[in-house]
Amino acid sequence: MHLHFIDYSIMLIYVGFVIGIGFALKRYMKTSADFFLSGHSIPTWVCGLAFLSANLGALELVGMAASGAKYGIATCHFYWLGAIPAMVFLAVFMMPFYYGSKARSVPEYLKLRFDERTRCFNSLTFAVMTVFTSGISMNALAGLLHSLLGWNYDLSLWICSAVVLVYVLKGGLTSAIYTEVLQFFMIVLGFSPVVYLGMKDVGGWDHLKSLLQGVATDPQKLGLNAHSFAPNAWTSAWAPIAAGPAANPMGVDIFALVFGLGFVMSFGYWCTNFLVIQRAMAAKNMAGARRTPLVAAVPKMLFPLLVILPGMIAVALASTEKGGYRLPQVMISSSAYPAAVAAVKSASASHLDPAAAESSIAAAAKRGLDPAKVAALVADNASKSLDDSVIQQRLQDAVTDNDYNGVILSLVSRYCPPGLMGLALTALLASFMSGMAGNVTAFNTVWTYDLYQAYIAPNKSDHHYLRMGQAVTVVGILLSIVCAYVASNYSNAMDIVQLVFGFVNAPLFATFLLGMFWARTTSHGAFFGLCGGTLMSALFHGCTLASGNVPGIKGGWITVLQGFPSEMAQNFWLATFAFSICFGFTVVISLATRRTKTNEELQGLVYSMTPRIVEPDQAWYLRPGVLGTVLLLVCAGLNFWFW
Amino acid sequence: MGLDIRFPIGLMFTLLGALLSAYGLATGSDSALYASSLGTNVNLWWGLVLFLFGAAMLFFAWRGRRKP
Repeated sequence: MHLHFIDYSIMLIYVGFVIGIGFALKRYMKTSADFFLSGHSIPTWVCGLAFLSANLGALELVGMAASGAKYGIATCHFYWLGAIPAMVFLAVFMMPFYYGSKARSVPEYLKLRFDERTRCFNSLTFAVMTVFTSGISMNALAGLLHSLLGWNYDLSLWICSAVVLVYVLKGGLTSAIYTEVLQFFMIVLGFSPVVYLGMKDVGGWDHLKSLLQGVATDPQKLGLNAHSFAPNAWTSAWAPIAAGPAANPMGVDIFALVFGLGFVMSFGYWCTNFLVIQRAMAAKNMAGARRTPLVAAVPKMLFPLLVILPGMIAVALASTEKGGYRLPQVMISSSAYPAAVAAVKSASASHLDPAAAESSIAAAAKRGLDPAKVAALVADNASKSLDDSVIQQRLQDAVTDNDYNGVILSLVSRYCPPGLMGLALTALLASFMSGMAGNVTAFNTVWTYDLYQAYIAPNKSDHHYLRMGQAVTVVGILLSIVCAYVASNYSNAMDIVQLVFGFVNAPLFATFLLGMFWARTTSHGAFFGLCGGTLMSALFHGCTLASGNVPGIKGGWITVLQGFPSEMAQNFWLATFAFSICFGFTVVISLATRRTKTNEELQGLVYSMTPRIVEPDQAWYLRPGVLGTVLLLVCAGLNFWFW
Repeated sequence: MGLDIRFPIGLMFTLLGALLSAYGLATGSDSALYASSLGTNVNLWWGLVLFLFGAAMLFFAWRGRRKP
């Protein structure tokens, strides 16, 4: 990809604006509440869009297009089933306790409801997780800029981090929220022309559907899946899932999808993750905080158009090979080339039978290769010895492993002339940077309020905590950079870290659910239930394995007791299991232990102890319950439409 | 917070829109450039969309400032 002057100008204008916003906000940062909580002064629509954008990092953008290619329209379950109901639940039932309890963070709510142990556990794991998440995403960004545009990895990493540092340091959470809103519009306006051109190119929705029906019956042709499916596997959201794990490319059953994804994982993320909830807590008042997730739910419901549809378009185009389009391939790593080239040469010299030659070359290149192309290459090289560079090029051309994460960018580079290209790339850059800003602002709040003020230096002046927050912003960004380097050099270590976070997050929602809606839940019950749930999710992972994986990082590292048809099914069942265990443990231990909080202390923290919120000056159609019901009905309608 | 976010959003998108459509006008005769976008001068048209969006944001910000 080659960038023009106009593309660079667009990027620079965007960067200039986000830094400008940081400086413009600087004079409002007087107290720690201004810096960490935006002084509870942000308009609802702004909170709502930031709530959405904080979750819509670039990895999500890239990953959803990838899933759209791999699984088709069923990927929408991550939106319609895995987000909307949880967002409505948060708004209607849980936000009153987060916002009304005067807690400044989610871990602080746990302290008010239970005790210091649960808070400490939650804030520590959350703080580490945010740093790693932002590091992983920055590594992806710098890697992308390097492979796509040839920019220097270190330079891109440090410059992007410096930009984020400047505006978060100056404007705190408000800066992060404002740039998230800017990023939201950049993404919508930067990617919709690409989707439009893709749709036009492929010939409209009906034609796309008929092409995808052909893909579903023969996904082997594009290397999408080893099995064939019914024609509707890529174009129906529910029918293939209802037909069982063997009938859909995700390999999941309906119970795991609905309970594991739709309930445990989705509610666990949207209703307990401080990264998103912090955006709602910045709202002006309770009504605004409760409407924040509802405002976010509207664009969230439509986002599949922008992020999943491109993946489906790419597959349809690849199936027709229109304009020579093919799905992006995984690159052969530069360290594997010498061995692969040598393998081609020795195959040409020794007249191996084609199958043996192909398998030895594929083993050397560490990629799946197209046998016909390899045989032709070996024969050509035998008749007339080819240059190493030509062999390299033809080997890369023969790779059959798809690089799904490159799908969205392959469309950008196919359709965008200079100018529009700059806009689309700026949108991507914006989402990476605002993802980092989001994580860093959540990290500095949890560190300062829940760890530093709680355990290290209580009873200092407010100014002291403000300074601490600014200092820890610098530290957070430096730690993210370290994590980015770890991710680029030790990707296995990163997989383990993410695995451990998965164990910690899986049972969390049970603790919140019982804590908020059952006054009898005790602090012993919550803490040991959470520990038990975490431990059991690790054990579950150690005893199960998805088909096609070897025991190790993917599971089965203790012994394989249960197999699953796919990794996704394994994840959904793990979440279900961890939640149920945590729920059961918490209930049993709570019943066996004495309550430590009186009914008065639980006021504002537990549903049954809190008076209903009455907002007489609010029009009936603005009530969260009414808005939430409407949203759920629309969402159900979408599910039926694409059944 | 004292800064109305609609100002910077409006300002940025009017600027980007103007830039993009100006570029589209200047390069409109170059049909090879727009072969990738299926023959549409997508810079010109999309630049206008961005400009209008930015102008709408500025209008709302201006109206919001008038009635505090």
